[in-house]
Amino acid sequence: MLKKSFLGFLKPWITYAPPSKKPIVPKELPLPGRLTFIIDTPYTTTTNALLKPSAPVKAFEKMRVYEEDAAYAIASAGGKIVEVKSFLGPFGRKQTLVTISTDPAAALDETFAQAAAESSAAILTDHLELLPGNPRFHRLKNPQKPISTVLISAADGDLMLNTQAQVINNRLDAVQEGIHRLRDLTGIEDIRIAVPKDFIHGYGHIGATMHFVDTVYPAALPNRMVQQVMGITIPAGKTPEDLGILPISVEAVAALADSFSSGCPACKKILTVVAPDGSRHIASVVIGTPIGDVLAAFDIPVSEGDRLISGGPMTGTPLFSLDQPVTPDMDGLLVQAGSEIPSYTDTPCINCGDCVRVCPMRIQVNMLIRFLEARQYQEAADRYDLLSCIDCGLCTFVCVSRIPISQYIALGKHELALAHSAEEVHE
Amino acid sequence: MNNPKFVVSPAPFWHDGSSVTERHLHKIYAALPAVIFGIGMYGVPALGVVCLSVSMAMLWELLANRLMERPYSIGDGNAALIGLLFAMLSPATVPWWIVVIGTFLAIFVGKQIYGGLGGNPFHPTLIGLAMVMISWKSVFDFNAALIHYDFGFNMAYPLSMVKQHGSAAASAYNWYDLLLGRQAGGIGSTFSIGLILGGIYLMLRGFIRWEISLSFLAGVFLAAAAFHGANPVKYASPFFHLVTGYTLIGAFFLATDDSSSPVNFIPMILYGLGAGILTVLIRSIGAYADGVVFAILVFNIANPLLDKIRPAAVGKVNDHA
Repeated sequence: MLKKSFLGFLKPWITYAPPSKKPIVPKELPLPGRLTFIIDTPYTTTTNALLKPSAPVKAFEKMRVYEEDAAYAIASAGGKIVEVKSFLGPFGRKQTLVTISTDPAAALDETFAQAAAESSAAILTDHLELLPGNPRFHRLKNPQKPISTVLISAADGDLMLNTQAQVINNRLDAVQEGIHRLRDLTGIEDIRIAVPKDFIHGYGHIGATMHFVDTVYPAALPNRMVQQVMGITIPAGKTPEDLGILPISVEAVAALADSFSSGCPACKKILTVVAPDGSRHIASVVIGTPIGDVLAAFDIPVSEGDRLISGGPMTGTPLFSLDQPVTPDMDGLLVQAGSEIPSYTDTPCINCGDCVRVCPMRIQVNMLIRFLEARQYQEAADRYDLLSCIDCGLCTFVCVSRIPISQYIALGKHELALAHSAEEVHE
Repeated sequence: MNNPKFVVSPAPFWHDGSSVTERHLHKIYAALPAVIFGIGMYGVPALGVVCLSVSMAMLWELLANRLMERPYSIGDGNAALIGLLFAMLSPATVPWWIVVIGTFLAIFVGKQIYGGLGGNPFHPTLIGLAMVMISWKSVFDFNAALIHYDFGFNMAYPLSMVKQHGSAAASAYNWYDLLLGRQAGGIGSTFSIGLILGGIYLMLRGFIRWEISLSFLAGVFLAAAAFHGANPVKYASPFFHLVTGYTLIGAFFLATDDSSSPVNFIPMILYGLGAGILTVLIRSIGAYADGVVFAILVFNIANPLLDKIRPAAVGKVNDHA
């Protein structure tokens, strides 16, 4: 864990982990006996569910919970359904968890291969929504927000992670092929790729405009990257998609190429596994593998009171069980020893201003936190720029009073969104 | 599978390790050279004042926590710092009951009635000090208070002498003495070198905001230079003002209180300059020999207003555009 430097008047200057100079071969994990998938559909009733326990599943089958619900997961391997149950995602989002026992001899699902032969843009949303790297291609189909630019991110957004760097440094051909596919399928001409400044490759003709992003955190978070690459400031509360820009990870682009060359949706996720001592490993894991299996493969012991993190140390999300699966958006798997976990306190803000000076978005965090603590979320947004926040977590990282500022901000944004959607329903 | 329980909490998962207690402890460490010098000079009476002041401030804090049924905040070091600063500003001969009342006012009126740490709009020590200064003027008249001490250097309080006799009185002091603390004043406010070293330490470590300290000193210097330039006979030189009275302790320990000072760059500069200029205005044409206490209190009030001068957040949507 990074500590404050002795010369405390300097701003923290946290640089992203530089990629390894030697090419790393990711450690391939074997197909586990069980795979688990999260489908973004509430599991309300068993009566008309398409997924039933002990039903067979073909390899690469598109699994949906109900006929009328579009959300799906791709079974990374064939086998038999063991269990279907409801699952609470972030902010109490109701989802469905499907567990299958794998069978290498299971039949192959051919629907993707047939769709690939037609080569229409619908394949992106119908089959490739959940490629490794979580491209979320449905964003291309929103008629209110037409996408004119695809921004491929080849820089890891959070610290400690080397996942995107691994792909861009070792799979340039696949990336190039993926860019061509993407251009053909979407018809979008303006495709750009953002690589870290210390990117050491020969450039070649990759098929996209190459841009460089800074190597100081949080330069590679999507909003900051759009600003550096496009020169556009994203207005508070807006997303890059609102401006017609589709940020997508380079891993998803490479996976797109892999899917077409192999004839089945790519389902191997590149994962940066970080042990409590800070040592990093690169793994190639079948999506749906329980994280316990991943940690066991690298001999990383975990014990009660540790913290497991999906993603990086600044923007990741916590995991609560070793049975939770590797998901398409999981770029990193961090284990933090219980003794290393910093505690938050209820000490009030002492107005030291460290957060204000460290904020990349120039938010008056010291004032913002006062409104958030008083639950005045609308005021916080109107007067102290709650919605300009990009969730980089730097304010919480430097907070002398150890206030969980990022948690307050996340709650504030969530409550505000709820209130606004309630207003829209009312109208 | 045997599934242990994990800690689940939102991002970020790292912290730089700073804490409120650390911050206040380092401010106390930085003040120690000046305090130890004062104790060395005035002996046991000064030690008594420092001990009484620190312990009373902590006791009042404890009492306030109990009365208000709030968690005990005595461990964060802020009460001890308030008490220590009160002692540093007081003469060694200050009666015990002044210390008791002063620290009571500092903790209760200066801090706890606003909700405790972080809520105080003024520097708590200055609130306590200003109230007892106004109520018992003679106690803080350094010439009267220290009349029985003779250390073989000029024991007349420099700012009073300059106020009464013009800048000619300043020539009775040499730079060497003023910098090395060989001047009359509060227990911990005279040892200029010690205060400067402590201040540099705090600025480098980021425990105080260098913008405030340096702009305060610049404000004192510029205003004093203007007065001196206009009437060199009546007003002392700016260098004299920098190393006498409460200027240095004000710049490094009083103006820089976290809660009562601004956090943005331009407001910090304005705040420091303003308090510095007002200090010299009070010293030169005001009623008091030293103006640091009231100048900083006045600019503490201005702090919320000054901090409205701030850069627009990135992506701010201006409805009026």
